[in-house]
Amino acid sequence: MNDKPEKLIDKKGARLDGRKPDELRPIKIDVGVLSNADGSAYIEQGKNKILAGAYGPREVHPKHLELQDRMLLRCRYHMAPFSVQERKSPAPSRREVEISKVIRESLEPSIFMEYYPRTALDVFVEVLQADGGTRCASITAAALAIADAGIPMRDIVVACAAGKVEDTVVLDLMDEEDKLGSADVPLALMPNLNAVTLLQMDGILTVEEFEQAVNLAIEGCKKISVIQKESLKAKYVDVKEVEE
Amino acid sequence: MSSVITRVKQKQIAQLIEKGKRLDGRELTDYREITIEQGIIERAEGSARVLLGKTEVLAGTKVELGEPFSDTPNEGVLTVNAELVPLASPTFEPGPPNENSIELARIVDRGIRESKAIDTEKLCIEPGKKVFVIFVDVYVLNHDGNLIDASALAATAALLNTKMSKYQIEKGEVKLTSGYTQLPMKKHPITVTFAKIDNKLVVDPGLEEEQVMDARISMAFDDDDNICAIQKGGNGYFTPEQIQEAAKTAKEKAKQLRKKLDW
Repeated sequence: MNDKPEKLIDKKGARLDGRKPDELRPIKIDVGVLSNADGSAYIEQGKNKILAGAYGPREVHPKHLELQDRMLLRCRYHMAPFSVQERKSPAPSRREVEISKVIRESLEPSIFMEYYPRTALDVFVEVLQADGGTRCASITAAALAIADAGIPMRDIVVACAAGKVEDTVVLDLMDEEDKLGSADVPLALMPNLNAVTLLQMDGILTVEEFEQAVNLAIEGCKKISVIQKESLKAKYVDVKEVEE
Repeated sequence: MSSVITRVKQKQIAQLIEKGKRLDGRELTDYREITIEQGIIERAEGSARVLLGKTEVLAGTKVELGEPFSDTPNEGVLTVNAELVPLASPTFEPGPPNENSIELARIVDRGIRESKAIDTEKLCIEPGKKVFVIFVDVYVLNHDGNLIDASALAATAALLNTKMSKYQIEKGEVKLTSGYTQLPMKKHPITVTFAKIDNKLVVDPGLEEEQVMDARISMAFDDDDNICAIQKGGNGYFTPEQIQEAAKTAKEKAKQLRKKLDW
């Protein structure tokens, strides 16, 4: 087991990786990385490495799950056995079942589900390496995968966590901060509509601290949203360059 | 659920809420009538039945000897499970836990765990080797909406009612002896759930309200008015202002609900 760091934030206000409290980890996103999927995206956020693939709209199997007035959205969040310190069994854990559900519910408000009745959209998320905040990074990537699949959306959902470590409200918790800190607030946002589509929390916060954390997470989401949209454009810009 | 009927119903419910009323005559921030009975299952170490209107949830606890987790060698273990029993609703089916029952169990678990409700260090018998393991099993007996708050309340009430066997250590062996002590509790977490219907928040949604809601949000509070767990659910969204409104209302509601618990 790793040694616990003494302080998560030093006297100068720097975090374990040198970040300021309201600073994001470095983010790198690629869109259209899988040739078989209708849409896909890869995200690195800190040491997180996550792949998302979208298949659909396609026929619903099993057929009895079909919805007559809208599309069926299915999401699977899954962690690779080697993605964490101690091997994780590849069988879906209760945590993964819950996260799959909240990811689906965070994405569904953004999609025009009624455009594709009697079809399914399957979104698969594989966490190849986990470093805290995987559900948020997964949502950021999954939304891009759906956009890349050409599904009409109201907005591109983006997610980021805020939390509290050493009495300070901080943005984008890394693994150690998530485990040893006192609270974690993952949040997903439709930035143009100012609508929160995922909100969870664990830890202990006063109502005032919670408000701060929500506002900080929303600011973080807006920053990631810029990177997210650039990465989507970059896919098409790159194609152009090849043609010339 | 037939979507045509749901849309007709949604309009009716939304029109009522617009006037500050609800189907059963409640105010927007009113709970249904709550009854808590403790100790009704003698074989369980602790138990409680909660009636929230017609929603009925039974929580039972069992205490066993077991091993601690390697990262918390000095602490007892808490395990929460939830069963959506098929007799409780035409929509519940027999079989392994589905995502709804897993989510319910994990929301209840988070409220208890994150508020540090149980003094888990007092459950340690031999550090790294022997601790008490507390199993909380939530049994939904009748589904009429807001299973989250009813289950969380039943779990807290059952834990408050839980007795643990006294023990002695003889030649390195743990022996349970006659007599009981009360499970050491530090906090009394209370969870408050809102449904968003037509852009308005209502507390403690009934089944019909749940069928037409856009989204729900649940917030757990400890005795010091801190938030200790939150879960948003459903296919809709909340504005940041609605979230702040929910937090403020939930804080007051949690205080009122906690008074219904005996300890």
